Formats: sequence, structure tokens, C-alpha cells
Amino acid sequence: MYDVYEIRKQFPMLNGKKMQNKPLVFLDNASTTFKPQSVIDAVSGYYTDHNSNSHRGDYDLAYDMDQTVINARKVIAEFVNCEPNEVVFTSGATMALNMAAFCFASQVLKSGDEILLEEDGHASNILPWYEISRRTGAVIKFVPLDEKGKVCTENVRKSLTNKTKIVSLAAATNVFGYSIDVETIAKLVHEVGAYFVVDGAQSVPHIKTDFKKWGIDFLAFSAHKMCGPTGIGCLIGKSELLAKMVPLLYGGGMNEMFYSDGSYSLLNPPSMLEAGTQNLAAVAGFVEAVKFIESLGIENIHKHDVELHNYAIEKLKQNDKVIIYNADAESGNIVFNIKDVFAQDESTLLNYHGIAVRSGNHCAKMLVNYIGLPYTCRASTYLYTTKEDIDRLIEAINNGGDILDVYFN
Amino acid sequence: MFTLTNEMMRSIIMDHYANPVHKHEPKNDGYAFVHMHSDNCIDDINVYLDIKNDKVEDACFTGIGCTISTASTDIMCELLIGKNKEEAFYVIEQYNKMLREEPFDQDALEEANAFVNTSKQAARIRCATIGWNAAKNLLGENK
Repeated sequence: MYDVYEIRKQFPMLNGKKMQNKPLVFLDNASTTFKPQSVIDAVSGYYTDHNSNSHRGDYDLAYDMDQTVINARKVIAEFVNCEPNEVVFTSGATMALNMAAFCFASQVLKSGDEILLEEDGHASNILPWYEISRRTGAVIKFVPLDEKGKVCTENVRKSLTNKTKIVSLAAATNVFGYSIDVETIAKLVHEVGAYFVVDGAQSVPHIKTDFKKWGIDFLAFSAHKMCGPTGIGCLIGKSELLAKMVPLLYGGGMNEMFYSDGSYSLLNPPSMLEAGTQNLAAVAGFVEAVKFIESLGIENIHKHDVELHNYAIEKLKQNDKVIIYNADAESGNIVFNIKDVFAQDESTLLNYHGIAVRSGNHCAKMLVNYIGLPYTCRASTYLYTTKEDIDRLIEAINNGGDILDVYFN
Repeated sequence: MFTLTNEMMRSIIMDHYANPVHKHEPKNDGYAFVHMHSDNCIDDINVYLDIKNDKVEDACFTGIGCTISTASTDIMCELLIGKNKEEAFYVIEQYNKMLREEPFDQDALEEANAFVNTSKQAARIRCATIGWNAAKNLLGENK
């Protein structure tokens, strides 16, 4: 296990940053995460030392940039266990999921086919499929959630039919943080001849990901939720499926040749799917983020999150005004409300105490409609969160006053 | 001069949140209405104004909101009812000046003076103005 206090020294945002004039406690890591100095240096290092474009310039700087991108694919491929040519750079998980829908599913769906989703899905794993269903005539179906709001394997099994063509689920959900048995579900999905898209935005930063062992078809994730830069992420896809995709964007870096008669030929994936200059500074930072995670060990990070979750739940249970919604989740997400207090009022109060949490529906707007979940507060941990951070949260909840203290103290 | 102690401001806000007077459906279908949804995805309200002959005959709202949006919208309804458009615009402008920490006419705002500290919590300015922006839009449309 790593020493969390040592780790924190590497994060400028964790060293002296204040909010509302109080030392910052950042518990919104399911939204985005802080960056260690190594990632920041890699991003600024691109601009100060390595500034060039990739795609075969005939000079050393450009050659080095190509090597950086090639190396980045290798580092990321090893991290999630896929082949380097199965790593497509995107602006993040949202773009990756949109590509799975618009570049791949658009090619295989026909009218009457079924797309299977989850009611607790993030907007980015719902709306692209709504739009593709509108365009293709495919039908959207949802895996029924169990009484806790989880997607369980049995309900996926029951929801699959011989018309199911696409299944797109989160390996770990962004509200409750429940994870699914990806490997078993992948087998079931393939038994009915469907393709399995996995939203890894909330899982890849926290849980060991194994693209090959899981046997999934596509995986989407973002760097910024795992200590990496914003504006970069990946679509991982089986190489034979990437080859079937129709690019979303056309331009430089993705074509082989084009002619005045309107004909053209494209490069192979992943280049085919990466038109234009990529976010190269972010690619450099992404690599350092993966290295940083690997240096700590993803299993250790997961263990750390779960320990903090359980620590928080145990303390929150002692206050009978606190309602907890995901006590059993093996995740750093802690979803709660205070009785008779509007979630946003509680998060405003916590802000006053220097504590950042999220309130609302957390982009999973259907959870509110389908299982009656009210607006909630979500505190979420990451590898640098400490028990003292949780103690500050508990103290503010128990003895921090009410929303109007924020205005009149 | 309209002066309120902190304790008075606190009880004004709490009272209008716990027991909003104007949070109800419109009394008939002659009201102009607008749906407001804040981009941080919580406050979600409808504001209704019954404007006849340049005068706000009634104002009410429905929906889900935090303490600040609920109380500020309820107080706004109270202030706008019975005013003509020019007077209503004046009150709204004074309120916005207060939130921007500019000099404003305290007397015009009555109980809405309780929101004078909103600027300390920048993230809540949206909540304190959601109903007011709705009313301003509705008044503007009804020229």
C-alpha cells in the first residue's frame, strides 16, 4: 500500500489551496481529478521542449513526437490490456461513446434491432444511442434496475433477445458506483450476436480493466478522471471492429490518397479515426497519468477508495439525520442526503466549509424518474483522499450549521 | 431606510422556503409562463405572471428548487403583484444591482433585502436570480 500523505505532496492543488478561505477538501473526484506534477510537467513540457506535430515530419522534433504518440498507445494498451493499434485517441469518454454509436453502430443497426441500455446511465451513454436509434429505426430498451438501483447480470440475461444488436453499459456507474460483472455479461451479449460497448469513465481510474479477458468490443474512458489532462481520452475497440467504422471526421492524418474524381482511400485504424492534429500535449500528460496510476497499483487505489467509503459510511450512520443511498457500493462514491435539507443547500453549506461535493442528479437524469431517487449529494474519493478529508466532511455535516449560516455568519 | 438584522433576514428566507405563499399552480389559463432550468441541473421551476392592462395581477411559481431559489422567487412574486410593468422592472433592476454589489434602492426591495449576502456564495447567484430572470423575460415579452 502506498503512503497517501507522501503522494499528496506531488499535487499542487493539494498543497495550500483554499476555498471559502478554508483548506480545500476535494470530494468531487467522480467528476474530475487533480493532476500530479509529473502530468503537469509533461503537458507544459510539450509546449516548452517538444512542440511539433506528429505524422512524419522530416526533422528530429517531429520524429520524437511520433515516437511519443506510438509510445502512448503502447503504455495505454498495456494499462487496459489491448493491442496498441486498438487505442483510438478521442477528446474523452463522451466522444468515444459517440464514435461507438455514430461510427460503428450506425453500420450494423437496422430498423427493429434493439439497443440495450441502463436507466442509471450517464447522459453520454444514453443520448448518442437515442439519436442513433432515431436515425436507424433501432429500438431502445433498458435493463431493469434491481431494488438497490444496480444492473445485475440476471436482469441483463433476461433483457437480451435475438434482436439485441448493441449493449452499452457502464462498468461502474457514476452515481452509486456499483460495478457489473463485465466478463460474464460480455459472454451473454455475444451469445445473442450483439456487440458490447463499455463505458469505463468511472471504472478505468479505479478498477483493474482487462479488455482482452473481459472480451468486450469497445471501451470508452477519459484521462481527466484518472489524474490526466482534460480533453483527451480513448476509444478502445477490437481491431476488426475499428476497421468496420466510418470516420466521424475527415482530414489530415487519416487519409492515404485522394483524387480529383472524388475518390479517396483511408489509412488503417487507429489513424483512420483520428483526423487532424491530436491534443498532443494532453497525450503526453495522459502517458504520465497512466504511469502514475501504475506506480501506485490500481488494486491499491481501489482498496483505498473502498476503505474511505466504508469509513465514511460508518461515521455517517451515527447521525440519524443522514440518509445513505449506496452503503454497500465497493466504490469511493458516497451518495447521501440530510433529512429535510435540499441537496443543493447541503452542498452549498459544504462549500462554505471548504468542501467540494456534487449535488443534483449527476447527469443520470432517469434515476430520478425511474427509481424515485431524489436529488442527492455525492462525495467521491480518489487515490489522494485522506481519512482527515472524510472527517472534515463528517464534522461539517454534523456540526456545520445550516444553509443560512453561509449567508449570515 | 429599510434595515434588517441578520436574524430577521434569516427568518424571512426560512419562512418563504418552508411556507411559500405563491408556490402554486396558476388560478386560470390566462397567465404567461416560462420554464427555467439552471445549468447545474437542480433548480427547475415554472414562473407564471398574470399581466392585464400593463399591471401584474398575480404571480406564482411551481417546481423544485433550493432554499435560495424558492424563497427568492416567492418574495419576488409578493413584490411584483399589483405593480405596473415599469415599477416591476424597477424592482427587478434594484435586486440585480444588489446582487452585483452596486448601490441600489433598499426600500424598493422590502423582504428581498434578505438576499444581500448572496454574492459571498458565487455559485448561488444563479439560484437567487432564476425566478427574477423568468419574470423579467415574461414582462419583456408582454409589451
